[in-house]
Amino acid sequence: MNPWPFVIAAYAVTIGGTAAAFIWAWLAMRAAEKAAAGLRRER
Amino acid sequence: MHGFANPTRFLAIARPVTPWLAAAGVLLAGYGLYAGLFLSPPDYLQGETVRILYVHVPAAWLGMGGWTGIAVASLAQIVWRHPLAGVAARAVAVPGALFTALCLLTGSLWGRPAWGTWWQWDGRMTSMLVLLFLYFGYIALANAGDERSGVSRATAIFGLVGAVNIPIINRSVVWWNSLHQPASITLGGSKIDAAILYPLVFSALGFTLIFAAIVLMRMRALLARAKVEARLRRMAAA
Repeated sequence: MNPWPFVIAAYAVTIGGTAAAFIWAWLAMRAAEKAAAGLRRER
Repeated sequence: MHGFANPTRFLAIARPVTPWLAAAGVLLAGYGLYAGLFLSPPDYLQGETVRILYVHVPAAWLGMGGWTGIAVASLAQIVWRHPLAGVAARAVAVPGALFTALCLLTGSLWGRPAWGTWWQWDGRMTSMLVLLFLYFGYIALANAGDERSGVSRATAIFGLVGAVNIPIINRSVVWWNSLHQPASITLGGSKIDAAILYPLVFSALGFTLIFAAIVLMRMRALLARAKVEARLRRMAAA
């Protein structure tokens, strides 16, 4: 059995999953901190 | 520990640290994965399949380490009422669940060429799947509560009780006859040859730093959302 498709799939799901979680966390943080800063300015 | 109890003091440290953690994590994990794919030799028994080690093992460690973090934070919340403990535990849950799922997926992709099967209901794989379900339960409980940023006392107790699964995962390959190999790296040392081991050190350290960066970003988001909610409530009451 050729092992490379399994190796490539394992790397792809790990890199893709980690990148997706990182981007999701960064976007959520940016949106939340922007909303907090916006309210501070409104005060 | 209580020095970080003040969210303002915590944020003053977390804001500059987050990008450095992320950058160092990407560099270290990137080199570890490159070395794992192209520089390290194939295993004498498993051949090229062994390269899955460099993504599977860090994912397993972070899945288990994540719940250990939840348990420690839950203890700090219940015993010392640390105000940021609930926020930290809640922030760990999603990346912890992700890395547990990645461990199961990459393990399955390793199992097919190495053992001839995608899945086996043995102690190690089943206890890891239980950990994933524990994460799902924790996330659901944390989201169901009306706490603005942290978690309820019931959720913290769930986080603490769920930690009983961590030593079961760790000892499963010793207690039960399993397709999964016994631990190659223990506190006593490593049975892996240095030529195969060193990329694992880089990838494990790199993914750990990325995990920490994600947790800090989640904590910052939870604290900012709590601030917005508190201000909106004050404005509505005024």
